[in-house]
Amino acid sequence: MSAFVFTLRDQPAQRLDLAPLAPLRLKGLSKAEIAAIALNTTRERVTVGDVFSLRSGDAAQIQFEGGSERFDRVGAEMTDGDITVNGPVGTQAGRRMTGGRLTIAGDAGPWTGSGMHGGVLEIKGSAGERLGGPLSGETAGMRGGVLIVRGDAGPRAGDRLRRGTIVIDGAAGPYLGSRMIAGTVIVRGQAGALPGYLMARGTLVLGERCEALPPTFADCGVHELVANSLISKFINPFSPDSAAILRRPMRRLLGDMAVIGRGEIFCPAG
Amino acid sequence: MSQLTANGVRIDDTFAEAFGLRATALVITAPTVKWARQAAVTMTGFGTSVIGCGAEAGIDRDMPASETPDGRPGVRVLLFSTSTAELQKQLQGRVGQCVLTSPGSACYAGLAGAETLKLGGALRFFGDGFQVAKRLGDKRYWRIPVMDGEFVCEATTGLTKAAVGGGNLIVMGGRAETTLAAAEAAVAAIDAVPDAIMPFPGGIARSGSKVGAKYKGMIASTNDAYCPTLKGSGRSELDADIASVLEIVIDGLTSDAVAGAMRAGLAAIVALGPERGALRVGAGNYGGKLGPHHYHLKDLLP
Repeated sequence: MSAFVFTLRDQPAQRLDLAPLAPLRLKGLSKAEIAAIALNTTRERVTVGDVFSLRSGDAAQIQFEGGSERFDRVGAEMTDGDITVNGPVGTQAGRRMTGGRLTIAGDAGPWTGSGMHGGVLEIKGSAGERLGGPLSGETAGMRGGVLIVRGDAGPRAGDRLRRGTIVIDGAAGPYLGSRMIAGTVIVRGQAGALPGYLMARGTLVLGERCEALPPTFADCGVHELVANSLISKFINPFSPDSAAILRRPMRRLLGDMAVIGRGEIFCPAG
Repeated sequence: MSQLTANGVRIDDTFAEAFGLRATALVITAPTVKWARQAAVTMTGFGTSVIGCGAEAGIDRDMPASETPDGRPGVRVLLFSTSTAELQKQLQGRVGQCVLTSPGSACYAGLAGAETLKLGGALRFFGDGFQVAKRLGDKRYWRIPVMDGEFVCEATTGLTKAAVGGGNLIVMGGRAETTLAAAEAAVAAIDAVPDAIMPFPGGIARSGSKVGAKYKGMIASTNDAYCPTLKGSGRSELDADIASVLEIVIDGLTSDAVAGAMRAGLAAIVALGPERGALRVGAGNYGGKLGPHHYHLKDLLP
């Protein structure tokens, strides 16, 4: 059975909350029932049918034709199935998702994958700030799953990461992996200033030399570690080029000594 | 005893009687095959019989780098014991003393199962607070800093309660050399069977035992009915032409693995024939009342 397709009619006049359009929530609903679902975030009511033209299909595979930076919370709390957006999205795509696969063909806004627990989230464009990070008042960000950004990631990617793996094929903004609790972040391109800022535990892997490494990390020398080959093997199906970084000797920096100093940054040996 | 003949080798119409055991499997890797095998050989040492060693252990097979979790050469090891608690104790002790200590080693689960035993989860304390956990997908590893880098060890490994211990073949020959040749041929054939090990030295036991003894406190003693030097004693099971007897004991993760191993061993002995190998093959049992698994030789013949 082919995918259930939502084709964008026009650019939306207000921000939309697209969390209701997830496989589990659409299961068993008729086309008319789906068209009546409200997506508005202002007092002006907007339904699915107002924004999209619908083509029925398998509700476990949802496809959005066209996107907008006003598409908020796409795939939020999704548990299974597949969602693909052929266009950009706004804030909090894949927020607290626990399973399934979410693919954004364009760029994504801030807090993409915020607090996600499981599943695979792939952004083919670039991601905004605080990738996987917590919202205000939350103690932890992403807690599981795999988050891949083919382009660049904004500042504070992996903020308060608790568990799970983030792979950034492009560059990362400043404060990469800030306040990390644990987990793994791999950046193939250039990382901005002060990666690992206040990280407690976890692993940051930098594919290129970072011009502004934090002074509160301790150089532990160059190593070729078995643990890195395990990470490499794990991410290889998602990003073979980023996986290749981990198959060579890397310099290990221990920190952030400004906190408990149990985290690590791996950077090129040279 | 009634007998069949296959390729001139006499096959007793009897069966091997085996028992249920708890078991686990590990994958040990190292920078080279030599060091993966070294760690595995050390870990499986003094692991011939649950009676005196606490566990029965052996190498299942070598694993090429392409099959191991970390892409280095590896060895799969099987470990058997009578209870989950004893198996956990043996696993922790053996991996801690023999694998953790071996240069460049790493250790992973070799068996998936709903029930698990602690592996790195028990050894991590050696890290004295410097150990770190790394979770990748549904697997969790412990990284323990050691003097040549890090010892990486999966947090848990699978446990099976369907394992079987005590499958056996009794190889009887006219001379020590030909009997050993037949037993070696069987060991080589059984080596190729997955999920089964032969815990005795080189896969062969020369001191088969019977239950009990005339001495108090001895739970097992020499199997005098199969000792060629006692052939004339009246209790002997040996024919006049038998001068040497060796036993191959087999443990498997499943009953099918044990049957498969016995079938492979028996085929190798039969193929070698009586001139260069064994004159007769038997199997050890306790009358069928003690062990739930019975492997009849006539059903396993090629």
